Amino acid sequence: MLKKKMMALATVVAIAGTLLSACGGASSSDNSSKKEKKVKIGMVTDLGGVNDKSFNQSAWEGLQSFAKKNDLSAGTKTDDDVRYLQSTQATDYTPNLNQLIHQNFNLVFGVGYLMAGDMTKVAQQNPKANLAIIDSAIVDKSNKPLKNVASITFKEEQGSFLVGVVAGLTTKTNKIGFVGGINSELIKKFENGFKAGVKSVNPKAEIYSQYAGAFDAPDKGQAIAATMYGKGADIIYQAAGATGNGVFTEAKSEKKDGKKVWVIGVDRDQYEEGLPENVTLTSMVKRVDKAVNDVSQQTKDGHFPGGQILSFGLKEDGVGIASSKQNVSKDIINQVNGYKEKIIDGSIKVPTTDKEFKAFKS
Amino acid sequence: MTKILKNSNWFNIVVPMIAVLLGLLVGAIIMLLTGYNPILAYQSILESVFLQPYYTGETIRAIIPLILTGLAVAFAFRTGLFNIGVEGQLLVGWFSAVAVSIMFSGLPKLILLPLAILVSALAGGLWGFIPGLLKARLKVHEVIITIMMNYVALYTTNYLIKHFLYAEGEKTPNIPESASLASTLLSNISQGSRLHWGIIVALLAAVFVWFLLWRTTKGYELRAVGYNPHASRYAGMNVNNNIVLSMVISGALAGVAGSMEGLGTYQYMMINSTFIGIGFNGIAVALLGMNTSIGVIIGATLFAILQTGSITMQSTAGVPTEIVSIIIAVIIFFIGSSYIIRWCLLRLTKGGK
Repeated sequence: MLKKKMMALATVVAIAGTLLSACGGASSSDNSSKKEKKVKIGMVTDLGGVNDKSFNQSAWEGLQSFAKKNDLSAGTKTDDDVRYLQSTQATDYTPNLNQLIHQNFNLVFGVGYLMAGDMTKVAQQNPKANLAIIDSAIVDKSNKPLKNVASITFKEEQGSFLVGVVAGLTTKTNKIGFVGGINSELIKKFENGFKAGVKSVNPKAEIYSQYAGAFDAPDKGQAIAATMYGKGADIIYQAAGATGNGVFTEAKSEKKDGKKVWVIGVDRDQYEEGLPENVTLTSMVKRVDKAVNDVSQQTKDGHFPGGQILSFGLKEDGVGIASSKQNVSKDIINQVNGYKEKIIDGSIKVPTTDKEFKAFKS
Repeated sequence: MTKILKNSNWFNIVVPMIAVLLGLLVGAIIMLLTGYNPILAYQSILESVFLQPYYTGETIRAIIPLILTGLAVAFAFRTGLFNIGVEGQLLVGWFSAVAVSIMFSGLPKLILLPLAILVSALAGGLWGFIPGLLKARLKVHEVIITIMMNYVALYTTNYLIKHFLYAEGEKTPNIPESASLASTLLSNISQGSRLHWGIIVALLAAVFVWFLLWRTTKGYELRAVGYNPHASRYAGMNVNNNIVLSMVISGALAGVAGSMEGLGTYQYMMINSTFIGIGFNGIAVALLGMNTSIGVIIGATLFAILQTGSITMQSTAGVPTEIVSIIIAVIIFFIGSSYIIRWCLLRLTKGGK
């Protein structure tokens, strides 16, 4: 009896052993020979992950297109020149950033302002490393930008203003919703720019604003959207990362029930996210991909913009309205273009904070 | 062999070890099936954790709160209580430690640091006291209450940070230097990791728990209540008081775990959109450690290695972090089903007779 069982056990171990050892040898051999001086660029995602359909994904798309243009390999494999590391908890930020620095990456992006604290420390500990952060400005104690960090920021209020114009002109119920991720200075820029846009073309419209308190909670996004649509809103603008995916889910189920509702997407052109029910009215695109691509290219050419706070607005084509315009009428597009010019030439100053919005309204 | 296995001490060591090995083996099979190289992956864990000082430091840092939450769970287990509320107790401890050190930032380090840790223990203790009291007086099941208390803790601390201690980046301001456990010495010898002096606090707590449970009359009472509350009552022990006391001490240990994160690793507390998981991992650590002090230290070490390893596995072997989470879950599964391993071992040895 025992013998039989022991035999069975031994067989299992032996099979497992061969399986394991079979795959051990292959990978290490071809590493050393073809090492030219290639540029290596990495990024660390925040908790949303690289498939958040918004912010992190956009950054990664930027790096992928950079890789393609420069004939580099992009992926998650260890020998890829362009790669990302995903963070599953807030403690991972620092080790992930360090990991890429230790592997001598020429430039490491931290995606998202939640990483700002970690980035500051890591930048100070590794003065030789080139780092870049999105949506935040990394400064030292005396408020001077750190020399080895390029800070990438966007004028989200300008793009949000334009989609606000679209919403204000499209709404039938004169009720419009805004769902934010975390109530912070950054997301306030989306909210106030949007509200200003709506009010400029439709002063009677009522706007509901609510924050989910998280960028990674689609369930909360869905619950908030359900309430807003229930109150009669027919358009919701979401600036909430992965939380915003819940807004899409809710809009789709409302539309299946025969209600005519829209979502305005954020960060990327989210037209496809609204299919097949076609609920995406338009999207406020924030060209994280373009910014990431630009900074990577500059670094490759030897002009790493360290110590600078870069600001991408309508003028720089860093924010704007999505190219998918199937659901917006020609007339509205023309008005949007009019406002766009006014913002670029400075005759409209879009508010970023609650205070500025109040002043703007009056 | 039969003799060895019959000896229960041996059993207590062999079973968790087999559980871990099976977990790693299944993890390897999952990696093979999904097209990753398990040898490279496991090798990358070992190389980083044992050969690169930065990751050694980060691993020891991750051990600190896991020891404390593991002890918290184990302590309550010994009294027959299942404290699922470690996560919440940790959060209130974390917040209190940070709040106290910011409020009394003028005090010298010699007073402020112990004060902050003490307050975190009190806060965690209070969070454990409530379910303990409800269990003792009204026989409300502690599992239900502690789960609910977790949510209360999560959202209360978020609210308090948002309205009273808010700083840019969804967090509290940093704590003053005089309340910090961080150490430039430890950081320098580990190439800039976030290792801090909390490891001493954690080890002292392990000794404290061992001493209290196994070397004092009170500890004997607590364990007796865990084995058999009816017999204990018959023997003249106050079962209700012991239940409350056990939950308070368990909560206090969890609270201190929170202060380790606040005063050591982060130097602040952030607004958490969901639970951070150190408390829940504590349950697995206690299970793995068979509810003994030394076992908890070993269990915490293993978990910390896997946690740090998940970062290096991702970056040097290309294995996504999700797979690492699956491996950890599989190990917990095998520990949870240690009964099966036990049964298999017994069958194997019996068959030989």
